[in-house]
Amino acid sequence: MIEVRGLTKRYGGKLAVDQLTFTVSPGRVTGFLGPNGAGKSTTMRLILGLDAPSDGAVTVGGRRYRSVRRPLHQVGSLLESAAIHPGRSARSHLLALARANGIGRRRVGEVLAITGLDGVAGRRAGGFSLGMTQRLGMAAALLGDPPVLLLDEPVNGLDPDGVAWVRGLLRALAAEGRTVFLSSHLMSEMENIADHLIVIGRGRLIADAPLAEFTRAAAAGHVQLRSPRQDRLARLLQQAGATTTPGPGGSLLVTGASAAQVGDLAARHGIALHELLAQQASLEEAFMKLTRDAVEYRPHQQARA
Amino acid sequence: MTTATAPPGAARFWPLIGGLAWSEWVKLRTLRSSYWTLLAAAVAMTGFGGLLSAAYARHLTPASRAALDPASYSLSGFFFAQLAIGVLGLLVMTGEYATGSIRSTLAAAPQRIAVLAAKAGVFAAVAFGTGLASSLAAFFLGQAIFAGKGIEVHLGDPGTLRAVLGGGLYLAVFGLLALGIGALARRTAGGIAALTALAIFLPVAAGALPASWQSSLVRYLPTAAGQALIGRTKFTPPGPLLSPWAGFAVFCGYAAAALLAAAITLHRRDA
Repeated sequence: MIEVRGLTKRYGGKLAVDQLTFTVSPGRVTGFLGPNGAGKSTTMRLILGLDAPSDGAVTVGGRRYRSVRRPLHQVGSLLESAAIHPGRSARSHLLALARANGIGRRRVGEVLAITGLDGVAGRRAGGFSLGMTQRLGMAAALLGDPPVLLLDEPVNGLDPDGVAWVRGLLRALAAEGRTVFLSSHLMSEMENIADHLIVIGRGRLIADAPLAEFTRAAAAGHVQLRSPRQDRLARLLQQAGATTTPGPGGSLLVTGASAAQVGDLAARHGIALHELLAQQASLEEAFMKLTRDAVEYRPHQQARA
Repeated sequence: MTTATAPPGAARFWPLIGGLAWSEWVKLRTLRSSYWTLLAAAVAMTGFGGLLSAAYARHLTPASRAALDPASYSLSGFFFAQLAIGVLGLLVMTGEYATGSIRSTLAAAPQRIAVLAAKAGVFAAVAFGTGLASSLAAFFLGQAIFAGKGIEVHLGDPGTLRAVLGGGLYLAVFGLLALGIGALARRTAGGIAALTALAIFLPVAAGALPASWQSSLVRYLPTAAGQALIGRTKFTPPGPLLSPWAGFAVFCGYAAAALLAAAITLHRRDA
């Protein structure tokens, strides 16, 4: 459980995180989403006590991170830009972290095996690909078998196999009742991992909702249709309060009405339909729609959630 | 910032610091730069010590024979060795900031002052071990050279053991000073500049001061104070030195001040 209360961070005059309040609950994967520069990494650093908040507070498992002794048993973390000395081997990097937390060599071997790095454990981390570096970061996060995992852009740089592996691993960890909190700037990465989403933009909270609800609330779908009497139908739909725009290949896109409503309207006026497609909005569209208001330079506008 | 919980008692402190020290030991022995800098220090201590002793012995006059402190002079390589040890002390901190590994370190051990203490303790032990071994080697090499002229001394002679031990202690404490500077500077280049200024330019600049100032001021400079324990080497500033242990105490005071400033900075600043 991670509790963030009124968290604010200023760097010089720049507000990086602005009055953030949210809770990350155990037993599910919580996605932390926002465009680049939204304050995700800063929030992660504040949670880990690497940076001190300008205002507000954050606790992990009810305690401030900097007061936790041997914290790898409580919180495993992977930081965005690899926090690894390039001159040290993967095994030595992990062993140094392990020793600081009273963890032995055997566990180092285990996490190397879990992350598939056992073959390259003796090689210097500086020569690792981005994907291998991410795996090493995951290995470090798993060292203390912690109930809370905090992962900043964990699938960044992974190949499709690696992405699938991270997904499987995080889902399994959440299913064991752990708190899994991972950030991304790509909504598509969240689609098959997260149960719950926390969205921020410009340091502020935009949304905090289950993934499904988020999709429904954020972007209502639209309907694509073709009809021999398309212009007439468009006028009727507009009169009924829907919005129409020309679609691909001479089709018509309708928003503000469901496929059923469009079909019923056409039938009432004896208009034939040659195609009627209900388009489910993709998560990516939902994300764009949500963050557009918060990210673009329109601070006077109220962010919609 | 450990206010949320009761301050740890000794029973809670020692296992923590023990684990951190073990961690720092792993870090120090798993980087090539550690071996290179320690090797450079040992080679500089013995090699330059031998060279300078040989040069001194070759041009021996009755006056220079009388002025010679054979034990101390054979340790003149400290002047170069301190830079190598200093760079390692610096890298213990700046290496973490340059690579970003400080974030892994502090995420695994958020008790920052304990981390600094562990780093300083492990480094000091390694630096002292290396420093003492190369000090001994430089001493024996120097005395072997001086023996050709019949001016050698032995470890049992008065003040000799102190000088040799002083070589190791000086290098360890100079390394700690460098470690403190590294924590403050966070950048290797800036740290090396500060270190060079401290060890080389400051004594030279002090030499430009009026003579009356020199005799009263120069011996309190960090490196001049520390050298009092080693004795008169090739690089000892002119004028009176502090007494050996008083000088060393002043030198330790500088290192302690740097480490204290480092502790405060580390505690307060964002990582």
